[in-house]
Amino acid sequence: MTDTATNTKLIQGRTGPWEIVMGLEIHAQVASKAKLFSGAAVGFGAGPNEQVSLVDAGFPGMLPTLNKHCVEQAVRTGLGLRAQINKRSQFDRKNYFYPDLPTGYQISQLYYPIVGEGVVEVEGEDGVFFNVGIERLHLEQDAGKLIHDLSPTESYVDLNRAGTALMEIVSRPDLRTPDEAVAYVKKIRTILIYLGTCDGDMEKGNLRADVNVSVCRAGNYDKFKETGDFSYLGTRCEIKNVNSFRFISQAIQYEARRQIEILEDGGSITQETRLYDPTAGETRSMRSKEEAQDYRYFPDPDLLPLDLEQAWIDDIKASLPELPDDKRKRLMSEYGLSQYDAIVLISEQAKADYFETAAKGRDAKLVSNWVTNEVSARLAADNKDFSDNPLPAAHVAQLVELIETNVISSKIAKEVFDYVWNGEGSPAEVVEKHGLKQVTDTGAIEKAVDDIIAANPDKAAAVAEKPQAIGWFVGQVMKATGGKANPAAVNEILKAKLGL
Amino acid sequence: MSDLTNLTLKAAVDGLKAKDFSSAEITQAFLTKIEAANPTLNAYVEVTADKALEMAKASDARLAAGEGGVLEGAPLGIKDLFCTEGVQTTAGSNMLRGFVPPYESTVTANLWRDGAVMLGKLNMDEFAMGSSNETSAFGPVKNPWKSNGSDAELTPGGSSGGSASAVAADLCLAATASDTGGSIRQPAAFTGTVGIKPTYGRASRFGMVAFASSLDQAGPITKTVEDAALLLQSMCSFDVKDSTSLDIPTPDWTQSVGKSVKGLRIGVPREYVVDGMPAEIQALWDQGVAWLKDAGCEIVEISLPHTKYALPTYYIVAPAEASSNLARYDGMRFGHRADEFKSLDDLYATSRAEGFGKEVQRRLTIGAYVLSAGFYDAYYVKALKVRRRIAEDFDNVWGQVDAILTPSTPSAAFALGDKQIDPLTMYLNDVFTVTTNLAGLPGISVPAGMDSGGLPLGLQVIGKALDEATVFQVGAALERAAGFTAKPGKWW
Repeated sequence: MTDTATNTKLIQGRTGPWEIVMGLEIHAQVASKAKLFSGAAVGFGAGPNEQVSLVDAGFPGMLPTLNKHCVEQAVRTGLGLRAQINKRSQFDRKNYFYPDLPTGYQISQLYYPIVGEGVVEVEGEDGVFFNVGIERLHLEQDAGKLIHDLSPTESYVDLNRAGTALMEIVSRPDLRTPDEAVAYVKKIRTILIYLGTCDGDMEKGNLRADVNVSVCRAGNYDKFKETGDFSYLGTRCEIKNVNSFRFISQAIQYEARRQIEILEDGGSITQETRLYDPTAGETRSMRSKEEAQDYRYFPDPDLLPLDLEQAWIDDIKASLPELPDDKRKRLMSEYGLSQYDAIVLISEQAKADYFETAAKGRDAKLVSNWVTNEVSARLAADNKDFSDNPLPAAHVAQLVELIETNVISSKIAKEVFDYVWNGEGSPAEVVEKHGLKQVTDTGAIEKAVDDIIAANPDKAAAVAEKPQAIGWFVGQVMKATGGKANPAAVNEILKAKLGL
Repeated sequence: MSDLTNLTLKAAVDGLKAKDFSSAEITQAFLTKIEAANPTLNAYVEVTADKALEMAKASDARLAAGEGGVLEGAPLGIKDLFCTEGVQTTAGSNMLRGFVPPYESTVTANLWRDGAVMLGKLNMDEFAMGSSNETSAFGPVKNPWKSNGSDAELTPGGSSGGSASAVAADLCLAATASDTGGSIRQPAAFTGTVGIKPTYGRASRFGMVAFASSLDQAGPITKTVEDAALLLQSMCSFDVKDSTSLDIPTPDWTQSVGKSVKGLRIGVPREYVVDGMPAEIQALWDQGVAWLKDAGCEIVEISLPHTKYALPTYYIVAPAEASSNLARYDGMRFGHRADEFKSLDDLYATSRAEGFGKEVQRRLTIGAYVLSAGFYDAYYVKALKVRRRIAEDFDNVWGQVDAILTPSTPSAAFALGDKQIDPLTMYLNDVFTVTTNLAGLPGISVPAGMDSGGLPLGLQVIGKALDEATVFQVGAALERAAGFTAKPGKWW
């Protein structure tokens, strides 16, 4: 009972088709100037242990106090994910010993998370939307960092990151292909950036994912969906801390293959935690379930249950920006853009804003093309994004206006854009300065046409038999006018003169 | 001049204000006395003589200028559980031997704000885990009291044994202490002193080495009920650095001392009659009831049906929290670290095995066990439910009574070494006191009589949450009626 849509999710093994099932835990660092419980500063690039308070270092008698801003950010994110906000949540301690964890426990929210269930709509690579269920979002502390490569005999501990607020966003096992997983992480990242609750910087580790991967025989996922019975699914392995879209995709592909091979050889999958090694392109076992620690979770007695007032939640809700899905729908209805164009524009909030500024009173489709093609390409080449775009949106608007009013042709517009990008001034100034104005003076065009026909009588005769040969004449006229002739006028005059 | 060390805190503060004597004089008097007594009693783990004299000098300057706080110039002892900036703070443990905090606890900061002088740090059971002060890494404190005709050295109780012994032996005007299951009230009862644990959240836990976060509260051990009121109101404050601190004003409790108790309804819980309780304890309790009746109180027999589950509940909740709170003592950043180890795990295990004493290890083991997968629901979750029931027991009687009267302890002070063999017998010391910790209520122990051997016995008054006023009022009435003025004979 597999339809075509399901078929694309199948992978062939030696013994038959399999399917992958994934759930993701995304760890997003809360955009905040201070840590979750200590008031110490948060920032990238500080010297080792320069951003550590006595609370972070777990000194005797030190107590956590909750940073309200981080709570607000979590609520904001929950609202952005259209998830349930839990008016009462609670912090729990996850106990384990490690040198990057000074208190011997991480404060997290196991039993009562601040955000409950939600749904995220994700655009697949093929333009088809799919839903991913959000199980929960909870707040927790990050750990410090161990540095092993400074000395052959010593390990160093940097606690700058210890105590920094993280949001862990846990998805349902709704992801079925590496592409879907990547698209889902991209969507979450976009939403977080829109909301301003996480900067989404994966290189700095501010957004990373734990990927739970299992494989099962084709058809079993549907049975799981029907019954909710997890025994239809395979044993999962958790790939920890994957911090790029490419690695997420690679890690899943490797891991799924690895599991299928084991199963097809008659083996069984051991539930374990694995690490993806991008250099070797493989996942490696970190610890198995048997070695898994007993974290002895219990409610943190130093912190009271977190009670939120509805009015406060409502205030946050009222301050939410337009979210990507709403923006996409609005761009389509308001500007008549295609879904594809709208999706490309909303992928970056600043890009969509840029478009809207430039599109005021202009041909929106044309503006969208310029923004998503030329401007995007130049920015990418300079390793920039729309938030640090040097080109004013008014320039794009003016460029489009010049095209719309036939001052320049689309072709010349590219040349104009080059000059503008290189800082030679506004499109109008550039057109003026370089004399790029389109020739609409029919007298000039007629003269050029006459000259060319006169010089090529045989070709002119042949056009009567083969009308598409007019293209050659168009090219010649454009060449003679330096590309500035209005193509429509050229066509019209040629047709008349050639008797077509 | 008479012996200044005999004064109550109130009398000393008044004398200092009146310039009858200087802070330097009274401070020196205590330092001299401590020097002579401490080698025997072992109440102080560190005497901060220079700091004390320096603080006294500053107090004298303020007093001379007609300034100064409510405790100006008064020399106090500080339980070694409170972090004191620049002064070693060990919590009675080898794990923290040599640890000098770069910060001050809120409770002690409040005392210095009010002008108090620190004489030194007082001995205690390791991490406040114990009822006899025998678990201290610095050796047991001795009770200044001895039973008639016996030379046996007695425990001052625990965990605030150093505080109780120092106050009873006049080695400070008063002392700070802390109470997780009875650690203020039991030592107070064993030494003929007054001790109160306030409502949970009254005193900040910031800078207090944690034992069990949901139960720990700071409080004073003093010579009189009035002194207890005076010192407690200085110790308490709302503190943004402690999330469980209560944002409410601290009343002037000294106003409650001496107020008539006429018309107050006093509950006597029938479940506090425990198996094997000595007749002397029952007699003392009956006496307390009679005194309050004479003073015009209405006596109401009440039932607190879940009392019998209090001790087992406490010995699940407290170790569970402790097992997590004490995880930070891992040999990494401060405190004891093993010299030799084979691996990271071995470094943890060896450092902690060497640094922690037996009783602490026992409780950490119990705590880890009750929180572990498969046992969490059966022990910890269940204990939290019972804890709720115990609190509800109290909620249910507050309509009928204004305060509750019970004995403080099931016996008088016992000999050092007596109960070390069986931890369970030791745990029974807390039977009358743990309920208030579990319910977060205030409780005071007031010396009310003696056993046949001439050892002090205490009565406990339990009040409603935030109603320390009534607790002080009734405690002071008992104090007046009992007229307990006995002092231990000096043998040290």
